[in-house]
Amino acid sequence: MNPPMRIPKRTFDAVIIGGGGAGLRAALQLAEANLKVALISKVFPTRSHTVSAQGGITAALANVSDDNWHWHMYDTVKGSDYLGDQDAIEYMCRNAATAVYELEHMGLPFSRLDNGKIYQRPFGGQSQNYGGEQAIRTCAAADRTGHALLHTLYQRNIAARTQFFDEFFALDLIRDEAGTVLGVTALEIETGEPWLFEARATLLATGGACRVFRHSTNAHINTGDGLGMVLRAGLPLEDMEFWQFHPTGIPEVGSLISEGVRGEGGYLENKDGEKFMTRYAPNARDLASRDVVARAIAQELRAGRGCGPHGDYVHLKIEHLGAEKIKARLPGIRELSMQFAGADPITDPIPVTPTAHYMMGGIPSNMHGQVVAPVRTGPEEAVPGLYAVGECACVSVHGANRLGGNSLLDLVVFGRAAGLHMIDFLRENPIPRPLPQAEVEKSLARLARWAKPKGGETVAGLRDAMQRVMQDHCGVYRTEALLKEGIAKLDQVQARLPDAALSDHSKMFNTARLEALELENLMLIARATLVSALARTESRGAHTREDHPKRDDDQWLRHTLYFSENDQLDYKPVKLKPLTVETFQPKERTY
Amino acid sequence: MKFRIYRYDPESGAKPSMRDYELDIDPQGKKVLDALIAIKDTLDESLSFRRSCREGVCGSDGVNVNGTNVLACITPLEGLKQPIEIRPLPRLGVIRDLIVDMEQFYQHYRAVKPYLINLDPEPENERPQSPEDRAELDGLWECILCGCCTTSCPSFWWNPDKFLGPAALLQGYRFIADTRDQATNERLDFLEDPYRLFRCHGIMNCVEVCPKGLNPTQAVGKIKTLLVKRAL
Repeated sequence: MNPPMRIPKRTFDAVIIGGGGAGLRAALQLAEANLKVALISKVFPTRSHTVSAQGGITAALANVSDDNWHWHMYDTVKGSDYLGDQDAIEYMCRNAATAVYELEHMGLPFSRLDNGKIYQRPFGGQSQNYGGEQAIRTCAAADRTGHALLHTLYQRNIAARTQFFDEFFALDLIRDEAGTVLGVTALEIETGEPWLFEARATLLATGGACRVFRHSTNAHINTGDGLGMVLRAGLPLEDMEFWQFHPTGIPEVGSLISEGVRGEGGYLENKDGEKFMTRYAPNARDLASRDVVARAIAQELRAGRGCGPHGDYVHLKIEHLGAEKIKARLPGIRELSMQFAGADPITDPIPVTPTAHYMMGGIPSNMHGQVVAPVRTGPEEAVPGLYAVGECACVSVHGANRLGGNSLLDLVVFGRAAGLHMIDFLRENPIPRPLPQAEVEKSLARLARWAKPKGGETVAGLRDAMQRVMQDHCGVYRTEALLKEGIAKLDQVQARLPDAALSDHSKMFNTARLEALELENLMLIARATLVSALARTESRGAHTREDHPKRDDDQWLRHTLYFSENDQLDYKPVKLKPLTVETFQPKERTY
Repeated sequence: MKFRIYRYDPESGAKPSMRDYELDIDPQGKKVLDALIAIKDTLDESLSFRRSCREGVCGSDGVNVNGTNVLACITPLEGLKQPIEIRPLPRLGVIRDLIVDMEQFYQHYRAVKPYLINLDPEPENERPQSPEDRAELDGLWECILCGCCTTSCPSFWWNPDKFLGPAALLQGYRFIADTRDQATNERLDFLEDPYRLFRCHGIMNCVEVCPKGLNPTQAVGKIKTLLVKRAL
């Protein structure tokens, strides 16, 4: 047997993987508590995908319309199609206003109302008085709220002297026999050398994974690396059948056109010039929930009422808002539309089509950010030392369908909550446990696999094949036959993976090797998605089964848990009991 | 289409060189980043570059195309003179191929204390700010830290370690201009320096190349005006 490999090791109280909004918010909490915290990110933090969020962050500030967090909570539970856990949803909505004020105090340049308060705009699925009039609840910095939020949090972390490890790619969690997480292995991208980060608490904030699909609004970096790490550690993923298809992505390129466009008064039209949303959602119309609008567009396209030579998109119109308002409130959208659709929305309609946008499922966690799994006793036993927040986590506050504006909120509310809990956990667990060297070796062996000199397959070829399977077999509409065929095709693609090899075996900044490691994560996620989607024989939120068109609360008011080993599935109940208020009982969902 | 791309492999010991590629791609609607990805996926896996959002908001893929600093992801292929020459951003050290060492750039950014300084107790709700005061921040806060401006600036080329460069100065002014910030004097003290600020000679390359249409020269002018006013 070879002697153990010596790799550089750094020791911290806590290590955070991911430099987006969730990771930065948690890091700030820990750094300001004078803990020694490392933030590892595969990109410089302001390149994280939070930067692409446009429309805003939802909180019932009541700056424009009468509002309170109870109504926000009701809308979120209803939007989730009752799959969201009501304790976590109460926690999020209750803390939303504080979280937004805190961001303002940090310096976030929110747009302002005439009275100097934070500007708010209407978003989909928002109501006053439990399903009444449209609420105006989403706080915005023009249509670049994610940029403003991400940069502000990064800047606060500079002030707090958080230690950044930029351009480090996390490989694997290190767990001991008791299941405690003791840190991670990571690749320093510039040198190509593996490192070991030892910490008493590890937080995954690695974001979404829509790059499993061929067309997506997501950045290239959204490859679900934290989800891969969790599955490889033998832990499950929750509710992976639920992926949000955003109604308005630019065809082919996928760039997002914010729901804020419809919030500001934009509307959808088919090729006959009909405002078709009035047929699908007579009350909320263009501001119905995203799953509802996405299905409506898909129906219009199927019925041959799509626009353009191939009838594969509909029009989003805002000309009537006037140039001045468009330039002031939607400058980023105008830029994207001109750059990627060749249309200036001041004069032309924007072509849009439903596009994979957000992962509602993810790493099972609770409202303190603790990763929870059925280990020995109950279905929700905390995995010691491991936390997850943001899009990679499934708390679950979004259930089967996320409301617009709730994602940025999720990042900061649960980023802070996880930070707070980690501070307690670190105080109660002051002594590091011995680190099992064998686990490190296993991770390095996985890395060494890509040193294989020759093979018959390329990473780019396999990625493309996988993305096509997911696009064709796991889109807006699903059936048993379609999903089964998808799994069979994915089997074939996965069987080709061991034959893949790189032609570039250099060490320094080898991005081909990174893409190979990312593909391994994506493949695991694609599989989790197809298997979970096949099992759920009902339609709920974003998961639409044409062969099971109704929601089935008797059978399916429960969360899916997927384990990689033998594609095993398990289930756990939805938490219908909030922290202090009455349960919102599941009822029929109309807009 | 024909491409000529700067290649540097730090492990080979070889000097940097330009390599030619011929890519079968319909340029209609495609950007330079699409071509770079297609070259990497189909012709040469070893070609290295940074990319993330692919829609001009994250600032990862600043490169020099046919002599101008641009974001690869929003630069249309159509209309570019062939062979399309793609080089790393000028003046910064090259780590590999199109990937530059941004540390100097980030140091200057951190040096301007790019965060709000306000020592008053935090109110229960938001600190009010009028739409007019907030409008002073437009054209400043949208910076994506891509480095296109700073690496196009001759003053930065001559004094990269001492002159802060347009991006950092723009961010410096972003906080001076914020009515919620209380550190204007300290910020001006730091900037009142023959190199940090005053190496800007108004050449305006920064304005010309900024992919977000921002105007660092104007921000520098406003800082200078404040310094003059303060001295009077």
